[in-house]
Amino acid sequence: MIRPGRMFKQLVSSFFKKPATLNYPAERSGMPEGFRGKLKFTPDKCIGCLMCMRDCPTGAIKIKKIAEKQFECEIDLGKCIYCAQCVDSCPKKALEITQEFELAKLDRKKLTVVFNAENKGEAR
Amino acid sequence: MIQALFNIIIFPGLLFLFVLALAAEFVDRKLSARLQNRMGPPWFQPLADFIKLLGKENILPCDADVHIFKFMPVLALTASATSFLYIPLWQSKALNSFNGDVIVVLYLLTIPTLTYFLGGWYSRSVYSMIGAVRSLTQLFAYEVPLFMSILASALLANSWNLSEIALFYSQHPGYWLFNFIGFSIALISLLGKLEKTPFDIPEAETEIVAGSFTEYSGKLLAFFRLSIDVEMVVGSSLLAAVFFPFGLGLTPVLGFILYLVKVTFIVCLISFLRTVLARLRLDQMITLCWKYFAPLAFLQVIINLILKGVFLK
Amino acid sequence: MHNSQDVQVPFGPQHPALKEPESFLVTLRGEKITASSVKIGYNHRGIEKACEERTYIQDLYLIERICGICSHSHATAFSQAVEEIAGLEVPKRALYIRSLIGELERVHSHLLWLGVAGHEIGFDTLLMYTWRDREVVMDILSLLTGNRVNYGMNTIGGVRRDITPAQAKEVLKAVDTLEERTKYYIKIATQETTIIDRLSGVGVLSKKDAISLGAVGPTARASGVARDVRKDDPYAAYGELDFKVITTNTCDVYGRTVVRVLELMESYKMIRQILKDIPEGAITVRAPRKIPAGEAASRYEAPRGEDFHYVRSNGTEKPDRVKVRAPTLANVQAVSKMLEDRYLADMPIVIAAIDPCFSCTDRSIVIKNSGTRNSKTVPWEVLHVQSIEWYKEHKGIDFSALNKKYAKHFKI
Repeated sequence: MIRPGRMFKQLVSSFFKKPATLNYPAERSGMPEGFRGKLKFTPDKCIGCLMCMRDCPTGAIKIKKIAEKQFECEIDLGKCIYCAQCVDSCPKKALEITQEFELAKLDRKKLTVVFNAENKGEAR
Repeated sequence: MIQALFNIIIFPGLLFLFVLALAAEFVDRKLSARLQNRMGPPWFQPLADFIKLLGKENILPCDADVHIFKFMPVLALTASATSFLYIPLWQSKALNSFNGDVIVVLYLLTIPTLTYFLGGWYSRSVYSMIGAVRSLTQLFAYEVPLFMSILASALLANSWNLSEIALFYSQHPGYWLFNFIGFSIALISLLGKLEKTPFDIPEAETEIVAGSFTEYSGKLLAFFRLSIDVEMVVGSSLLAAVFFPFGLGLTPVLGFILYLVKVTFIVCLISFLRTVLARLRLDQMITLCWKYFAPLAFLQVIINLILKGVFLK
Repeated sequence: MHNSQDVQVPFGPQHPALKEPESFLVTLRGEKITASSVKIGYNHRGIEKACEERTYIQDLYLIERICGICSHSHATAFSQAVEEIAGLEVPKRALYIRSLIGELERVHSHLLWLGVAGHEIGFDTLLMYTWRDREVVMDILSLLTGNRVNYGMNTIGGVRRDITPAQAKEVLKAVDTLEERTKYYIKIATQETTIIDRLSGVGVLSKKDAISLGAVGPTARASGVARDVRKDDPYAAYGELDFKVITTNTCDVYGRTVVRVLELMESYKMIRQILKDIPEGAITVRAPRKIPAGEAASRYEAPRGEDFHYVRSNGTEKPDRVKVRAPTLANVQAVSKMLEDRYLADMPIVIAAIDPCFSCTDRSIVIKNSGTRNSKTVPWEVLHVQSIEWYKEHKGIDFSALNKKYAKHFKI
């Protein structure tokens, strides 16, 4: 039947329901498994093939050799687009994705994070 | 003297009106959010918005007529606040009343719309000017049904005095029920006056940005927004006084609560209507008002004349 | 024709009704639009050129970011073109997954559109409800692909992630919810007076105009043109799926709304069929880093209409030329036509009705020697002969015999 106020019933029933929105950041919904968030680098697994650097669309990832068979990874989270192509490209699974997504920082320098034997993904 | 000043400035005058206006805005926003399955703002949000706007810079368009541009928000606020004094709230007597004050109240409530027009027109911005013309065009559409439906109620009470109208209905309980058509028409016309959906054509965001208020900012915008809120309370109080004139002889406290319930009910109806309907086009709105609402309001006049002729001899 | 009553109103590049910068200049007489002009090009990003500077793998993610809403469409169209050049046989399972994500994306795009349409006609309640329900499909997309937008599902030669039975169950559950909600929105869109009043008879584009202006997607289908790449030139798994091309003959914004909501129902049907029929097997074939020289064009039915990609390779890791034609470019021409003799109040919804995506549309082109005396006109006959020679020389295909056989069909 064509008439004005067709959504009447829905509106009234919503009034008695809980809101669909969440009071972020007090409440938060989790990210699904396999969500592409911040990258994680395991220095022991890296063989220095630099495939990740070659495939990265934005040049956000840098692998540096610090000693014999020891590598350091520097990721610019400001450049990273979280496509996880580096994870696919890595032949030794040294790169992984995590579900961490709240990565905003007040200082641009803090966006560059370093992974090595001592530093586990913090700004230098 | 001090009593009168207290009444005008603090209670139930200006200050009380402002508190009520901000509360009405909160009820409106919160209810519409809850109907849309959202959370809505916290209770202090309208006040916070008001204070924030007061602290912002006033930007004057270089082509605008500065005096009119600055004066209009104040005039809008003054006009709607003044009309509050003549409306009986929880007693059958208003703060101030004289014979014919219902006409004065209706005309005072027209002034804010005129200020939107003048403020928009003298902003000299394309969007403001279109919005200004639209609010004036809309005025001619909803004023007639609104006036007719309120005057129909006055006709039955045989008085042009709001306090006397209220007194009549409290002496003749049950008669206010006959004004149902008039109340519906007046409520819908009030939506047009307050420029709320479906009649928010003069400030249709997706078409003309903010209509008349496009160029307004800072304190001036804060006053305009407050004046709309005040108008909402005054309009609701007027409708409550004219169409729900029961329980006026109660004790002050109970009467006060009853008054708040009535106003909240009308504000909720406004909020509900604006949530459940889409915005109309200007031509559709005018057709609607002249083709359906004006005849219906006229029907109410005829019903009341018959009632008066048959029962109140 | 100008007279003193006419007012020129700039509608953009910055305007609350427009989510992206583009400019519509309308001339008003009272509330009526007497003339309008469309100007695009405020958001040229140089993506095509940037593609030439990057490898194919990197390009995928760049191409995906042409559009935030039809990101899977662009990425699929691009990888289809590259796969065609490289001669890759994409596994069946990958094709089905591509179609699945494509349909989920269509669901999310059409629900988004319905909400935007509600907002444009001042019906924010519809916006709130459709966007609330859109979250269901967004959650499903992030579960399947790892992100809510820019899914990153495609790779050259297949897809990057497989679908587990548990995920498939989640998708089916979500589709049930969405189907119920969509039925409700069909009811609202076709039975709410204020919506019908604002939509029907607005932005009329006749069938003839739709064809001559080259409208695509729901805009064309609402004018009675049954144009759908999924049917006309099936790609991915669409050749094996059972679906109807929805058309209406109302030719107005109301028709475009109806086409979109009914297409949602078709999408749900397709998603169920995909999950039932999906074959087992690999999801990707190994793609070479260096794509052999060649060129290919690929078409894809994005939620907004036909998306067209052209890729030319030169045997290196990077493409020689990438050309993208987003569906909005085809539809935006029709907007001026739709606005003829309408009211200013109809303008936002008429523009929104083509589901515009202006940043995706903006391309720049440099025409060499334009305006100088060096330009020359090449007649059709010469072009015809040249094309035959070009194929003989570059591709080793000789069309001259075939050409002679069918000569009477060519109007030369």
